[in-house]
Amino acid sequence: MELIINGTPRRVNSEADTPLLWVIRDELGLTGTKYGCGAAQCGACTVLVDGQPTRSCVTPVESVAGLPVTTIEAIGEDPVGRRVVEAWVAAQVPQCGYCQSGQVMAATALLKQTPRPTEEDIAAAMTNLCRCGTYNAIAAATRQAAQG
Amino acid sequence: MDAITPPALVEALALRDALPADRPLNLSRRGLLGASLGALVLGVALRGAPARAQAAAAGGAAKPGTRVPAFLEIRPDGAILLRSPFVEGGQGVSTAMAQIVGEELDADPARFVVECAPPGADYMVVNGRRLTGGSFSVRSSYATMRQLGASARRMLLQAAATRLGVPLDSLSTEPGRVVHAGSGRTLDYGALAAEAAALPVPDGAPLRAEADFRYIGKPVARLDAREKSTGKAVYAIDLAVEGMLQAAVQHAPRLGCEPGAIANEAAVKAMPGVHSIHRLPGAVAVVADRWWRARRAAETLEVAWSEPAADARNVMPADFSSDGMRAALAAASGPGNTAETVGDAATALKGAARTVEASYDAPYLAHGQLEPPSAIARWNADGTLDLWLPNQAPEMFQRVAAQVAGIAPEKVNIHSPMLGGFFGRHFLYDAASPFPQAIQLAKAVGRPVKLIWSREEEFLRDALRPMGLARFRAGIGADGLPVALEAEAVGEGPIGRWFGTKPGAADPSAVEGISGKPYAIPNRQVAHVPLRNPAVIGFWRSVGHSMNDFFYEAFFDEMADAAGQDPYALRLRLLAEKPRHKALLEAVGALSGGWKRGPYEAADGTRRARGVAMASPFGSEVATIAEVSLKEGEVVVHDVWVAIDPGRIVNPAIIEAQVNSAVALGLSSALLEEVVYADGAPQARNFDGYPILPPDRMPRVHVRIVESGAPMGGIGEPGLPGVPPAVVNAVAALTGQRIRSLPLSKTRLGAA
Ligand code: FES
Ligand code: FES
Repeated sequence: MELIINGTPRRVNSEADTPLLWVIRDELGLTGTKYGCGAAQCGACTVLVDGQPTRSCVTPVESVAGLPVTTIEAIGEDPVGRRVVEAWVAAQVPQCGYCQSGQVMAATALLKQTPRPTEEDIAAAMTNLCRCGTYNAIAAATRQAAQG
Repeated sequence: MDAITPPALVEALALRDALPADRPLNLSRRGLLGASLGALVLGVALRGAPARAQAAAAGGAAKPGTRVPAFLEIRPDGAILLRSPFVEGGQGVSTAMAQIVGEELDADPARFVVECAPPGADYMVVNGRRLTGGSFSVRSSYATMRQLGASARRMLLQAAATRLGVPLDSLSTEPGRVVHAGSGRTLDYGALAAEAAALPVPDGAPLRAEADFRYIGKPVARLDAREKSTGKAVYAIDLAVEGMLQAAVQHAPRLGCEPGAIANEAAVKAMPGVHSIHRLPGAVAVVADRWWRARRAAETLEVAWSEPAADARNVMPADFSSDGMRAALAAASGPGNTAETVGDAATALKGAARTVEASYDAPYLAHGQLEPPSAIARWNADGTLDLWLPNQAPEMFQRVAAQVAGIAPEKVNIHSPMLGGFFGRHFLYDAASPFPQAIQLAKAVGRPVKLIWSREEEFLRDALRPMGLARFRAGIGADGLPVALEAEAVGEGPIGRWFGTKPGAADPSAVEGISGKPYAIPNRQVAHVPLRNPAVIGFWRSVGHSMNDFFYEAFFDEMADAAGQDPYALRLRLLAEKPRHKALLEAVGALSGGWKRGPYEAADGTRRARGVAMASPFGSEVATIAEVSLKEGEVVVHDVWVAIDPGRIVNPAIIEAQVNSAVALGLSSALLEEVVYADGAPQARNFDGYPILPPDRMPRVHVRIVESGAPMGGIGEPGLPGVPPAVVNAVAALTGQRIRSLPLSKTRLGAA
């Protein structure tokens, strides 16, 4: 099976129903994408599939064959992604940081689709869990990235 | 007055007693795993000789926190590696350590790379022991780490004086370098590091005057914000070692059950990537080439679990339920073990104009740290064992790992990566950590093994915040003021469970937040009625305070209502002789725009009300106000105002972030969280059945830091305990419904 990960074609041999998350982490060694629940509950595993924020822990790898997959490792290659990261650093968003790859990917997906989001847009798009409670900082940084 | 020892101190003493008396020096190896840690391999090191030789030379007898080379390495380019006694898990302790050491070393904290030190006597700086918890890290090590930085600076100055052939007192420093003002010459620290390392550590190197602080007390940026915003931060679950296999387990449904026959062993053995199947104490495991393959195989195993022997210890009974436990707590009668006695509460109650009584309870809670537990075990050819694992106390894990492995503790190399959240999860609890399984599996397969617990296995084996219940009786005098308060805290605290309490003594972690309150109630009696939990219990952010301040501060409002007094005004009145608390309560009142209880109509047309609560956790003082409304029978928390007095501070930005974090967790527990057991099993095995606070229920949080100058208190936990009572008191003001059992989601709320 061939995947397109961060713009590069990669051949993988995992079983077709393996969650994309584990192909990315284990077979391709890209560990920036996190495992939190494996059940589409937390969003720590969020990647972009064809630009759509996607919970990779419940996405069978075969379903994304041939589609562009973007992980946090490529965040710096995207101008919106760079803006989001700078806003995250400026707002000092992360605490333990474990959820933040997924949060940054979700914010990047939102701002690529909706460059000037309303508060409602942000609330609707930023649904990933953060056990450290960085939600206010996440919202502030997302607003900041939209303005920057 | 017969007050108990401050809980935090008792906690530290208990932990000290639990540590081994003779601790090995084990400084010989570096974090050598994975590309990320490779970046830390340094060129010229401040320590000039291999650490083991140094440790031997020092005889291992140096006072903890003094031997500079054990803590600091300075690279030629001026980057500084600090081996911290503490593990970073989001609380910002690595940045705080860089600020404190950097202040005295005269080096910009931004130049620091901080990693958690290996086990070793040098790092026992928490009053002679070592742990990351109890909101102890900064306050316990502040003076030591300042002196360490000052000593290192002095060594660099001495090295420069020798190199330049000038008197030491003709030299000064600016961040990262030594300056000879007379000649205008400068020497970077990196260029002096090797010579400085060869010098003895000086005694009594002078400290910087507090008025001249540039880093301590300032909102210095976190060292890890960028790596955590770009996916580059590395947690235990992300690590890999050469040649490793990966493992997953299926735990016994109840502690005490053991694996018997596996019906489909051959079929599972034939699944893709499967290397081997193993029976472990209380679990079966599959080792495979990749984790998903191991996990799928492990959950496919059809295991016959044996029932525990009748006399087995640490068994989860087949009929255990959280409802049953709540009933048992309610039925357990006093008087229990005295925690606090002031005056004569029983007599005062008899003479009171009226009395108020109530019983409160709070459920089991899961930690729910977002990183599931994992461990990597690697047996080395020389008989030593390397372990990478999330932990809050490396020496304690080293000791237990050595027992599991059957080798001496000094043969176990503990690596402590950054934690993806912890909140008390990563202390040592029975059957609650994957590392013993990883050690056994690595031995069995003769290769390194990385074991990850799935979220479902984590929910099955987490060490829970205990369920608790408290009974109160208060007497109100003819003047409308409380004259007496009796309280019984029923249950068990994690200190008693894991470190023991003296016979007949209250467990401080069971009563903290009910005892130790500042209010001037002339007659008080607080007791602990012990009742053991069949469930494995542990420390959970703010420990006993996480529920006890809810019990007490909510009951306080009942007392105020019975006395016909405003709860804020009554608190102020009873704190008249406590200037620190009174100032804090006034500060939170002012921060919220002036106290108003409500109900009142807000600008958006919603009916709202406010509640207030005080707490004295972990050496800090906190006052909290919450504003709530109702929407379709559920509480909406709009704003939370927190005034916190930690005495003195190191980083106000990190304090504000930690208060936000503690408010989120406290609110999560008040609104949503409850581990329900039925038939000996937790009913939720993932976040779908155990909801935690989602983004759309996060309130605005307003923080005011008050530096009273009192001894430094903790930061990580104190923001939590005031939140549940402030919210519940606001709900009572809004609806007239007095919620005495958490979480609020159990009760449908209706507007008064
Ligand atoms: S790990 Fe995918 S949503 Fe939690
Ligand atoms: S920063 Fe820790 S889970 Fe979000």
